[in-house]
Amino acid sequence: MARPAKISTTSEYDVPSTPPEEPGFRQFSGFPAWLDERVGVGKIVKFGLRKVFPDHWSFLLGEIALYSFIVLLLTGVFLTIWFKPSMAEVEYTGTYQLMRGLPMSEAFESALRISFDIRGGLLVRQIHHWAAILFVAALTAHMLRVFFTGAFRKPRELNWLIGVGLMALSLIAGFSGYSLPDDLLSGTGLRFVDGLIRSIPLIGTWAEFFVFGGEFPGSILISRLYMVHILLIPGILLALIAAHMTLLVYHKHTQFPGPGRTDKNVVGYPLFPVYMAKAGGFFFIVFGVLILMGALMTINPVWVFGPYNPAQVTAGSQPDWYMGWVEGAVRIMPGWESHWGGTTWSWNVFVPSVLLMGLLFTVLGLYPFIERWITRDNSEHHLLDRPRDVPTRTALGVAGMTCYAMFWIAGGNDILATHFKVSLNAVTYFMRVAVFVAPIIAFIVTKRICLGLQRKDRERLLHGGESGVIDRSLIGGYSEAHTPISQDEAWTITQQRQFEPAAEVETVDADGQPIKWPKLRARLSRWYFSSDVAKPSRAALEAAHHHDGPAEPTDIESGTKADILDDQLETDAHR
Amino acid sequence: MRFLTTRRRHRAAKPLLLAFALLVMGAFYVAVSPAPQVSADAGTSGQVAAGKNLFAVTCSSCHGLNGEGTKQGPSLVGVGAAAVDFQMSTGRMPMAHPGAQAPRRVNTYTAEEIAALSAYVATLGPGPSIPNSSAYDYSKLTDEDLARGGELFRTNCSACHNASGIGGALPEGKYAPSLHGVEPLHIYEAMRTGPQQMPVFSAGAIPDHDVASIIGYLKNLEKQPSAGFSLGSIGPVSEGLFGWIIGIGGLSLFAVWIASRGARAR
Repeated sequence: MARPAKISTTSEYDVPSTPPEEPGFRQFSGFPAWLDERVGVGKIVKFGLRKVFPDHWSFLLGEIALYSFIVLLLTGVFLTIWFKPSMAEVEYTGTYQLMRGLPMSEAFESALRISFDIRGGLLVRQIHHWAAILFVAALTAHMLRVFFTGAFRKPRELNWLIGVGLMALSLIAGFSGYSLPDDLLSGTGLRFVDGLIRSIPLIGTWAEFFVFGGEFPGSILISRLYMVHILLIPGILLALIAAHMTLLVYHKHTQFPGPGRTDKNVVGYPLFPVYMAKAGGFFFIVFGVLILMGALMTINPVWVFGPYNPAQVTAGSQPDWYMGWVEGAVRIMPGWESHWGGTTWSWNVFVPSVLLMGLLFTVLGLYPFIERWITRDNSEHHLLDRPRDVPTRTALGVAGMTCYAMFWIAGGNDILATHFKVSLNAVTYFMRVAVFVAPIIAFIVTKRICLGLQRKDRERLLHGGESGVIDRSLIGGYSEAHTPISQDEAWTITQQRQFEPAAEVETVDADGQPIKWPKLRARLSRWYFSSDVAKPSRAALEAAHHHDGPAEPTDIESGTKADILDDQLETDAHR
Repeated sequence: MRFLTTRRRHRAAKPLLLAFALLVMGAFYVAVSPAPQVSADAGTSGQVAAGKNLFAVTCSSCHGLNGEGTKQGPSLVGVGAAAVDFQMSTGRMPMAHPGAQAPRRVNTYTAEEIAALSAYVATLGPGPSIPNSSAYDYSKLTDEDLARGGELFRTNCSACHNASGIGGALPEGKYAPSLHGVEPLHIYEAMRTGPQQMPVFSAGAIPDHDVASIIGYLKNLEKQPSAGFSLGSIGPVSEGLFGWIIGIGGLSLFAVWIASRGARAR
């Protein structure tokens, strides 16, 4: 048995007293202090408010995406109040004269009601749709910025993957929204997706039955898409955006190379007050531009398209821009089909839609890892690459964009044919070739431009910029004096770490870790780096700056032959 | 019969017999030869003649001297007056130069000339005639009729002409033209005669009342105010283009402005 505890007769709590104030500077008072003492927001706020963000216009592309997403949520809530996600058939009795008495789904009827009978409904619908267009566009532009500046490198690979996920989900979000009003265009889009699902070998038909609850169009799809559009996808998007931004804060923002900027600091303004004002102001600018677009530019006039009817179709049926490249791929694909044993393999649909989309997202997801495997670059990067300094990556990116653009253009082949008075067939045949040839041309051209810019940088570094002053010497020779570039610029253009192409097949990296597929890796490394224009050595720099005499070719250790030649010519001219 | 035999050598017998034979031949000719089709209108025969002359000058080089067709142009036998009226009033014929399709142009022929040509081509064989304006009058249609016209338009026409009637592409450089600003008469005639790539929609398939509904829907759709700039009414392609140019382009300019006063390390 437990003994009863002794009861003390005195207690330290008998005398009410407040603990002595901790010495030091009190940062908060009033409500903030009250909140800080209870949930400890002080540290978080202090950490957050003093967070420094660097300035560059391209860093705001992601913000456009974020703000359009907020606008999407706000306008989306408004639309859900009146939208009826039902495919039940009703007779239209609303105010739009040219539809009166037509049978249509409740979804389309409510879309018409939002457009014509709800105050401000059409404006909000148009803002919502423009915001969706802008959201995916800004996301794409942001992703391209991250790609071309190498911001996906260590330690940000995970955030890149989250970004790829956001991209894929935003396509689904956009497409499901496009399909909801149940007008002729959205129904045609769903028919496209129906074909896409059915083209999946072997399981296609059953997958279609699963998605549509039977044969197309069925009677439940709109309510399913509604759930996807307003709950499932936005929920995941929100979670991923939160993770994306948490990682952004954790990693700190990247910055372009420049004076005083290193991999160990961030140069910029703190969140409070400067960036708060900049970012907050930008939110209102984005919101304002979207309202202007919604107010001034027609988007998706569902009443022109009419209610969906599987027997009807309209010329110029296209998806919103972000699915346009898939549409284009399907449009230009030759009609290949195989019949094996009682099964049909629709390559004409499966390859350009399902496989191509899978390919894009696989390549996007794998790229950071492929590049790291080639470069063996294991260091952390917080300074961005200037695109010219990584010519092969930049050229690859432009080639990818070009390929995408060719598919994209093919998606509007009918518009091209009518507006530029060319044959639809000619456009289609041209695009079939262009999707393969144009990226190769773009790759070569971009790489040449990058290398040219590299040479220009080296040139400025060694000999400065043109002064525009021509001197005539006593014996009649002319020469232009060059002005040396500033230390800041010299610092900026020499920030880039120079990689050497793999000289021989390495089987282990610097840390002694085995390299996978070493032969392929070595060949790719040479392809990736061998054409880079070498940075001038210290000796070459000094020699070039003195202009006392011709620089000895031996001084230039890593310069290419062309550089050495240039160097001699320059110095000769200066004598 | 004695009368015939006794008088057969009469002086008047030969001329009388000749006159009788001529009468018989004339009667036989009237009975056997086809009656002129334009007999209903006394002024028509002159119109046909004028049309034939004009045809020889403007049309026969492609369609043949008698409208029988050549390698350059199809036969006009049986196309009817409506086809001629449509093709010439919209300036499609005579064709300026050979191409995938005759484009709509400004018509330079007078109404009389077109009427004469129509009348002449109508004599080549039976075909759709130029309709009375009551056939496509849509002014008395109800809202339900117009909505039904829209439904018929989307079922039969929008696959080529686009739901907003702005036209669309067809293979090999051909196209379905825009229907904006097209006269109701010409829409009617086009449906009945099937010009160029267009199929014929006969009265058995789409009766006059339904044609009027379709025309009424199109004319009312044109009058509808758009929700802002229409961006060419070509759907998502121009929406995407403007979204990128104005949305991303415009906001990038703002972004440049916002980021222009950046922090420096020194």
